[in-house]
Amino acid sequence: MDAQKNDVTQILTFSLGDQLFGINVLSVQDVLGAQKITNVTVADDAVAGVLNLRGRIVTVVDVRKPLHVNPDHNRADFMNIVVEHKGELFSLQIDSVGDVLSLNCVDLDDPPATMDHVWKNVSSGIYKLDGKLLVVLDIGMLLNAIGRSDKKQAI
Amino acid sequence: MDDIIAEFLAETNESLAELDNYIVLLEQNPDDINLVTKIFRVMHTIKGTCGFLGLPRLERVAHKSEDILGLVRDGRLHVQPVHVTLILEALDTIKTIIGGLERQGSEPAGSDADLINRLEAAYAAVEGGAGAVPPPIAPATPENEAVAPVAAAASKAEFPAAQDHPVAEAVAPAGENAPAAPAESGVASQTLRVQVEVLEDLMTMVSELVLTRNQLLQILRQQNQTEFSAPLQRLNLVVSELQEGVMKTRMQPIGNAWSKLPRIIRDISQELGKKIDLEMHGQETELDRQVLEMIKDPLTHMIRNSADHGLETPEERVAAGKPAAGKIRLNACHEGGHIIIQIADDGRGLPLEKIKAKIIQNGLASEADVAAMSPQTIYQYIFKAGFSTADKVTAVSGRGVGMDVVRTNIENIGGSIELRSQEGQGTFFTIKIPLTLAIVSALIVGVQGERFAIPQLSVSELVMVNGHGGPVVEMINNAPVFRLRDRLLPLVDMAQMLGLKPGAASADDCRYIVVSKIGSYDFGMIVDRVFDTEEIVVKPVSALLKNLHVFSGNTILGDGQVIMILDPAGILRVIGMEDAAEQIGSTVGKEADTLAGQVKETSLLLFMAGNQNLRAVPLDGISRLEDADYSDVEYADGQMVIQYRDALMPLYTCEGIDVSAHKSGQAHIIVFPQNGKPAGLLVDKILDICNYRGDIDMGGSGPVLGSVIINAQATDIINIDWFERGRQGARSGYATAQPPGKNGGHTYSNGNGQSLPRKHGERYPYAGHEGDADLQHSVNH
Repeated sequence: MDAQKNDVTQILTFSLGDQLFGINVLSVQDVLGAQKITNVTVADDAVAGVLNLRGRIVTVVDVRKPLHVNPDHNRADFMNIVVEHKGELFSLQIDSVGDVLSLNCVDLDDPPATMDHVWKNVSSGIYKLDGKLLVVLDIGMLLNAIGRSDKKQAI
Repeated sequence: MDDIIAEFLAETNESLAELDNYIVLLEQNPDDINLVTKIFRVMHTIKGTCGFLGLPRLERVAHKSEDILGLVRDGRLHVQPVHVTLILEALDTIKTIIGGLERQGSEPAGSDADLINRLEAAYAAVEGGAGAVPPPIAPATPENEAVAPVAAAASKAEFPAAQDHPVAEAVAPAGENAPAAPAESGVASQTLRVQVEVLEDLMTMVSELVLTRNQLLQILRQQNQTEFSAPLQRLNLVVSELQEGVMKTRMQPIGNAWSKLPRIIRDISQELGKKIDLEMHGQETELDRQVLEMIKDPLTHMIRNSADHGLETPEERVAAGKPAAGKIRLNACHEGGHIIIQIADDGRGLPLEKIKAKIIQNGLASEADVAAMSPQTIYQYIFKAGFSTADKVTAVSGRGVGMDVVRTNIENIGGSIELRSQEGQGTFFTIKIPLTLAIVSALIVGVQGERFAIPQLSVSELVMVNGHGGPVVEMINNAPVFRLRDRLLPLVDMAQMLGLKPGAASADDCRYIVVSKIGSYDFGMIVDRVFDTEEIVVKPVSALLKNLHVFSGNTILGDGQVIMILDPAGILRVIGMEDAAEQIGSTVGKEADTLAGQVKETSLLLFMAGNQNLRAVPLDGISRLEDADYSDVEYADGQMVIQYRDALMPLYTCEGIDVSAHKSGQAHIIVFPQNGKPAGLLVDKILDICNYRGDIDMGGSGPVLGSVIINAQATDIINIDWFERGRQGARSGYATAQPPGKNGGHTYSNGNGQSLPRKHGERYPYAGHEGDADLQHSVNH
């Protein structure tokens, strides 16, 4: 990791409620507007359904659920960020997409000790931007968290 | 040039390139037995195919090289550079001949006597000198060494160099032919190996392109005369062709699976002294590679069968007024998304009487049953495991492990097999298989506005219910069941199972039951709508959904929407029918087990009767379930009865029900036939239907067959037959019958989950009020 300390990473930012989040742009496949989603009602709450992206089936993840962000019932036109993880496509349902920022790894702070442990588990660090804090999400850990939170009886 | 030769050339060129590498590697690791085996196999294939195609020159060289390699493989010859040189030289000769073959379409003239002599010498050196028990790895014997100078002397100047840089330099102008053909020869460059994934990706993209095109055409249709119409029409055509082309990349002619058959027939005819003509039609019929692999073995087996059992000996044939040579005809053609393969022989046909005798002998059906069967039904028995009518087991067939495997393999890929036979005239098999496995036929159903696919293979029938005056779904303690031809079919409400909120649908609404057969277990899925059958491409579900057993995959429909594919086997598992669901993995194997009597499976109706005890009766013994009211229960001649269908039906109870305590209230009656008339068993509550694997008949001849553990609860299996006998005995024996007393407990488990036969006496107080005292006692225990 030390070798990368001076590396610049590109982070795609998006917002969920009032919070700004970011993910590494390299894992992003697509950014889509509102999509027609097929619900999978028996699945975990965090799985909003599946959608068709140019012939590939994408699992839609409601990011609010694993992050315990209150659902916004007023809107249905979520944006989707499609990411690839272990050869599979997942779509993160978010409120709005921001910019791609070039940020230096040196500026990445560890998550503060007081941060919700759920967030801590899925975050690889915090960037201090002008006037805002950017929580960088780790896709692998986020998806793992969903797998683990599956307390529902397997159907 | 002959297609077969062209194919052989392409294949051999590939193998030769491989061989070059292998042999060089072998020189570096002479002890690598895997490598030797690989080389041997490749050489063997070349040799075999040459012989088959009638290429004597090529065959001889390959054969002699194979001999040497055989020695190496068997550990009788330690590889020396001289041997490698020799093999490489042989390879070069093979390449030269192949080159000539490619240019002229036939083997070039010439002699390889020199090379063959040297190969033979090397072979003889080991064979002659090694003795009867050769050491595992023979050291370089003097004889071996002795060959070296000869080989070296005879070799062209290139060969010493070949030992150092074998691959690059080993292009030798062996024989007197034109210089070796360049590696990129005409035929070889016409084929290309492509990863299957690349083709799959292409398929995906093309399917998506087709969807997009469909959407565009849809828009176009709504508009009059736009400038887009001409280019869109062109796009339409191109996309269609592109789709066809991509589909084709996965296809192979069925002739590939047949190529070995002439040889097999030839061998059989030699061995059995029969004359057999094999006719093949429709070799060019194309089907998916994967399917091709799956039917190769069954086809070969069936051809063997026809040749061995189907066709008579020439003498028999002549005596029957047929030509001495038997005929086997193989035909393949396309028919609406399927491939039809027909295998016909003009032999003796299936011996009806023999099969009948065998059916009776194997206890598959009684003599009376067999007599009533149509020949068609009887012929079906040849597809049962372990069924062979051959008098003697030959090397070719007759072990009785044939046709059941054939049918299983064919059914596994969604195909079917039929047969017609006429004694003395021959047998005619028709196999119907899908073109491809990637695309399956599925029934699209609607549940609360959502669409789902159910693979057509697991759907056995569709029933419309709650229509006007039609059949209805009945409830047993909130568990829906359906009477399907006098059988109780357990149902699963898919809306509930899939967590979809039931809409405003009322009970009167027309719904459908999709009847599915999993292993030997039938159940129905209640859905709201049935749309259509559609060909779908099955895609695996995401890792996040893997824990949902109800889905076997998902797919994209023609309109671009993703829908989930329901897995009936998984649904069974979810509703707790693990036993039944376990079968699914290898339905066939389990069926075979059952046939062999190793695992017995019984469907049981679970109910509560008397003090919350779990009881069960075998499902096949009961005819229906009825609701009644306790106030309807009457007594006639000391026997509890109820009016049922304008007649008096005797009622029985299990121990523990106090009928007198219920002056009114709902009662459930399990109706079962008794001497051809209905009789009823009064129970408190009907719970469920489940499959129990294992023997439930533990020899108990009393009212309880035995106790088993179902869902972690001890469950008594009630012996319905006993009521009948008990009733006759009751007249005389009732007064003197002994109470079950302290042995009256219901759980006899040895702690290992196995059940033990009940130990208490035969007696069972079936008429509720008389057994109350005993019951109280036993339950408190």
